[in-house]
Amino acid sequence: MPPQAAQLAIIGAGPGGYAAAFLAADLGMQVTLIDQEPHPGGVCLYRGCIPSKALLHVAKVLEDARQATHWGITFAAPTLDVGKLRAWKEGVVQKLTGGLGDLCKRRGVTFVQGRATFVDATTLSVQSTPGEEQRLTFAHAIAATGSHPITLPRLALDSPHLLDSTSALALSDIPRTLLVIGGGYIGLEMGSVYAALGTQVSVVEMTSGLLPGVDRDLVNLLSARLKQSMAAIMLNTTVVAMQAEPNGIRVTFEGSEIQEPQQVFDKVLVAVGRRPNAQGLGLENTRVEITPRGFITVDAQRRTSEPTIYAIGDVAGEPMLAHKAAHEGRVAVGAIAGHKVAFEPHAIPAVVFTDPEIAWCGLTETQAKQEGRTIEVARFPWRASGRATTLDRNDGVTKLILEPSTSRVLGVGIAGSGAGELIAEGVLAVEMAALASDLALSIHPHPTLSETLMEAAEVFFGQSTHVYRPQRRRSDEPRVGLASLDGLEESG
Amino acid sequence: MATFEFVLPELGEGMEAGDVVQILVSVGESITEEQPVLELETDKAVVEVPAPVSGTVKAIHVQAGDKAAVGQLLLTVETPATTAAAAQVPRTPTPTAVSLPLPAEHDENRTATAKVVPGPPEPSAHTAPVPPAQSRTAASLASEPPPLAVPAAPSVRQLAREIGVDINQVQGSGAGGRISLEDIKRYARDLHARPANQPFRGALPSATLPDFTKWGVVERHPMSNVRRATAERMTQAWVTIPHVTQFDKADITDLEQLRQRYDAQRAQSTGGKLTITAIVLKVVAAALKRFPQFNASVDMTTYEVIHKTYYHIGVAVDTDRGLLVPVIRNVDQKNILTLSVELTQLAERARSRKITLEEMQGGTFTITNLGGLGGTNFTPIINAPEVAILGLARSSLEPVYNESIEQFTPHLMLPLALSYDHRLIDGADGVRFLRWVIEALQQPFLLALEG
Repeated sequence: MPPQAAQLAIIGAGPGGYAAAFLAADLGMQVTLIDQEPHPGGVCLYRGCIPSKALLHVAKVLEDARQATHWGITFAAPTLDVGKLRAWKEGVVQKLTGGLGDLCKRRGVTFVQGRATFVDATTLSVQSTPGEEQRLTFAHAIAATGSHPITLPRLALDSPHLLDSTSALALSDIPRTLLVIGGGYIGLEMGSVYAALGTQVSVVEMTSGLLPGVDRDLVNLLSARLKQSMAAIMLNTTVVAMQAEPNGIRVTFEGSEIQEPQQVFDKVLVAVGRRPNAQGLGLENTRVEITPRGFITVDAQRRTSEPTIYAIGDVAGEPMLAHKAAHEGRVAVGAIAGHKVAFEPHAIPAVVFTDPEIAWCGLTETQAKQEGRTIEVARFPWRASGRATTLDRNDGVTKLILEPSTSRVLGVGIAGSGAGELIAEGVLAVEMAALASDLALSIHPHPTLSETLMEAAEVFFGQSTHVYRPQRRRSDEPRVGLASLDGLEESG
Repeated sequence: MATFEFVLPELGEGMEAGDVVQILVSVGESITEEQPVLELETDKAVVEVPAPVSGTVKAIHVQAGDKAAVGQLLLTVETPATTAAAAQVPRTPTPTAVSLPLPAEHDENRTATAKVVPGPPEPSAHTAPVPPAQSRTAASLASEPPPLAVPAAPSVRQLAREIGVDINQVQGSGAGGRISLEDIKRYARDLHARPANQPFRGALPSATLPDFTKWGVVERHPMSNVRRATAERMTQAWVTIPHVTQFDKADITDLEQLRQRYDAQRAQSTGGKLTITAIVLKVVAAALKRFPQFNASVDMTTYEVIHKTYYHIGVAVDTDRGLLVPVIRNVDQKNILTLSVELTQLAERARSRKITLEEMQGGTFTITNLGGLGGTNFTPIINAPEVAILGLARSSLEPVYNESIEQFTPHLMLPLALSYDHRLIDGADGVRFLRWVIEALQQPFLLALEG
């Protein structure tokens, strides 16, 4: 069979790959998109963001129904039809991936279901069905192969009771007890889903806190609530051994705070991180370079050391987030099309879809401390938000990380219900180099949680309507400047 | 190490107690002074209580939901020993804190901030080397956080990328130094307008301006073209030329008598005005012939000295548009009366905006006379690419000791300031040149003899 040819071949049809393919097609390129799944979507749609958010939505409804008792409404205990829940979740996935398949066709993108490996810098070998191999030559290729969950070799165990994020999302049953190994965002999100569905969930985390690296004031709000919903949160604790039992897994813990060093769980979910998929791609047949941590080395245009090959998404470096991959995909295609583009975001938002949610973008307090950078932090506690009170969810905080000399917004951190939606304004503020006064002087709708961003900016000037903060100015003059002066000018 | 018992301070008038809403720290956590440690709700207000000291939280004595009264123990904080003395003073979070010793660690942070400036721009084809005084040492770089991302919207950054402008070199005109599309376009225009071999003013990092609106109402006005040209040329000259200014005084008692006599007799009838400047013009032209290195330019790209065989002298004129420097051609070939007329006319043309660009180019030396306005002396900046400039301040009567009659007698003394380019002119030559000019002014006949 003669080799097929493509102007642009994209390996991996996740959020990075399909965004790249669609833009390339829109720019008039002839594109072949290759993925092992029947439709575009990748881990995000099939086994990640989307199904987990569908289930977290269910968890939220269950939690809200439970909380309604405080408001004088008591529902009967929910009955759970796992089959139907699973089907609904799968319906969501099918609807979205099917939609993407349709968009592929309409744009004239050739979608090939199969596995691709590089033969050289301009040729791919594509195996669509076992034993059948086809050659595809390309002018440019984008590797968008994503990542996979890390397994712990020292805890390797062949047991149907051992889960990773994929099998946990499959929701084969609702276990009575579940141990989540890893207090990162995947572990906490999945743990929250199962906890809401009635499972007694324990979380074990090696370091001294949940969500390592995230600002503690945000995490503390989440920890407080998780302590209620989870059976146990074991910090500074490692799992040293796992042993299969007929109805579960026997886990041996080691750590200063541990009460029972051996416990049996119905299921154990390992969520200790993800690794880039740079192996088995035939990259050794090209000049593409790989970092010690397994990421493909790319430049600002996402070009690898092999000029014809680009890489985007999880395989091209941290943070492993769908929206970062999509942006990179558009940059790579722009570069291939000869446009002067670069991947240089000032803020990549991160959202942990727990309850409360945690979201941040730009500079964090933790990072500022590490860099020895002096910042001002303006915090608005949701205790003072009218909207949060109407939701009976005052457990939240919105904070701005500001450059002291200019009051420029360098970062935003939010913990609270709906933080993931609220952070978008923070991203815009950081990207636009907004000043605290820009936020303070923009009218925000009342009563909404978005006002917390405006009021946090007002806190910076010591003039928040709903928070009283004793003056603690170190400089001699009070900072009544920007907000009030600008305001006067506007009204004058 | 010392421990500090943190009790709830008085938070404001009438605030005696509150409900602890939330503890923002945990045991073992290290906290910094003024970091909020708990939220307190009083009546309708929520108050954040800041830590009075830096240290490590050893124990928390309240929990969410507790009622806390002023004076109640909240936290035990383990503090570094140096702060122990300060920590013993119960502090309310008010500005009185300024007088208390700050923890050493805190001070270091402050110093570090003061130094935060945008990193030095990378040299490119258009940039001049950064002078040593402006560049930072490797050691100071290592201790500072990386420079902040440039304050510009994504669309602005994209435009810069598309037209090949290094956005880090662009000075933002917006609030907080934000860079606008217009800033990028202006920068690009300037790049094109500038011949490639000329050093680029943008290469000189200027300090980031503070946000003045913090202290009061300000207005921003664009610079006039004259102002802008002056600003750029003066910066250029100041930064690239090692200036030395030599001061001296000329006794012009006799000269002034001659000037007054001939001003009335001859100059005014020809339409000119016999001024000291006109006389100094003639004297300087003669001095330039005698000391050719003052009538030269320096070419540092080829390491050559360019000697000019013509004597075109610029005279600084104060106009309502700003400083202009019309140039009088071939001063050596004209007599003082002619020079008076020409100078009067040129100054008038400069003030009435009729002067052409051409009439302000080609100078080999500049004279600036501020004497009409006052001042005992000043340090003129060389009008590059010239190598020297002579400043005249206000002459005044001074007592000079006359040995022959053993008495002080009044003399009219003219203070002079000669700034020269030390790359080309040595100190001794500077003194010789200025002394020669002074001798000529003191004994006008010398001009006829030697000039």
